[in-house]
Amino acid sequence: MPGAIIEARGVHKHFGALHVLKGVDLSVAEREFVFVIGPSGSGKSTLLRCLNRLEQPSSGSIMVDGTDMLDVKTDINKARQRIGMVFQSFNLYPHMTALGNVSLALRKVLGMPRAAAEARAGAALERVHLGDRAGHFPGQLSGGQQQRVAIARAIALEPRVMLFDEPTSALDPELVGGVLQVMRELRESGMTMVVVSHEMAFARAAADRVVFMADGEILEQGPPADVFGAPSHARTRAFIGQIERH
Amino acid sequence: MDDLLLAFFNLDILRQAWPILLNGLIQTILLSLLVVPLGVLMGITLALLSTVRNRWARYPLIAFTDFFRAIPPLVLLIFLYAGLPFAGWEIGAWGAVAIGFMLNTGAYYGEILRAGIESIPAGQLEAARSTGLTRLQTLRHIVLPQAIRNTLPDLTSNTLEVVKLTSIASVVALPELLFQARQAQSVTFNATPIMAAAIAYFILLWPMVRLLSRLENRQLAGRR
Repeated sequence: MPGAIIEARGVHKHFGALHVLKGVDLSVAEREFVFVIGPSGSGKSTLLRCLNRLEQPSSGSIMVDGTDMLDVKTDINKARQRIGMVFQSFNLYPHMTALGNVSLALRKVLGMPRAAAEARAGAALERVHLGDRAGHFPGQLSGGQQQRVAIARAIALEPRVMLFDEPTSALDPELVGGVLQVMRELRESGMTMVVVSHEMAFARAAADRVVFMADGEILEQGPPADVFGAPSHARTRAFIGQIERH
Repeated sequence: MDDLLLAFFNLDILRQAWPILLNGLIQTILLSLLVVPLGVLMGITLALLSTVRNRWARYPLIAFTDFFRAIPPLVLLIFLYAGLPFAGWEIGAWGAVAIGFMLNTGAYYGEILRAGIESIPAGQLEAARSTGLTRLQTLRHIVLPQAIRNTLPDLTSNTLEVVKLTSIASVVALPELLFQARQAQSVTFNATPIMAAAIAYFILLWPMVRLLSRLENRQLAGRR
């Protein structure tokens, strides 16, 4: 795909005898918002984690923003600065304040002086509507607030791509809205986003493309209206039917 | 009753033995200031090595730690002091104590810190690496500060044991508190110097025991 910012080709991943990804191809255009859905164990999180090489694919090729992620000569730490990631369990550093969580990489990775790093971290916290929580420790924040701090931590580095791995799955229902709101705003600012999630209503309303994965393969993909409205694959139909009944 | 007082709390004898006991106490403090940092340094080194996921690094490390935890420190000390000279290595009392304590207490500090390091959830490390922090930066800024804070009661408890253990340096004629007390006892034919040494140890270590209790209580409160 010309102009793709993420280009994954023939990605395989084995965990011992388990074949988790079976030759996945995924291209994502700049400013595109791609939603990956599928039953648990379908390999969607693994695919996402291969994109920034938190998992090492067994074979295949992955290019992100012109960088060959699987080349041993690639400085992986430099490449990861341009790929923000948000995790299901937030993974904040509990011994640091919200501001400390967001500014750490700015200081240690980008080498910014403390004052400049904290100013930029403060601005990132403003963007997730937590400017007034900068001095709070993760333990003093709700799950939704923690996840928004985690988003701020990623966007403060001004990444070219954001990856979300089930960002709302660990949240109480009443806290989901705030996180989705922040993601919507991020999307409106033109961020390229790949989201693994079960928030079907959000996918329907906001995604450019929905990708359905099952058993380590992409079975079907297209605009949300097509995938949700007229799924061509029986497994997609069954999956969507199951989710929407809940 | 008077006999007991004269045997254990004889003020005349205490007055005579006082300078030598004070000297011993100072030596014990100096000794602790030498062996505790050495042990901690060794422990940090061992704990960091244990994070290397290479079995050629792992098995020798496990063997090393197991060995020095299983060998009684007194045996190790006497071997270093009185055994090594047979191979032509004279390292002296201070050398034997420094090396012996580093190996023995380092193995314990190392195990405590290793447990602390392994208790940090892997997700935090992944989050740190995903922002571009290197493995070493992640260790330095995310893992170690939490590992040390989480194991502070165990580290303190171990340090208490190490300071008490410095009394075994008396067997290699290092003039620390117990050695000096025994000297004074054998010269005066009276147990008062030993009693004084016991009280000196207590005064030295009791604040640390209190600190340990507070740390343990704080940790219990934190878990609630």
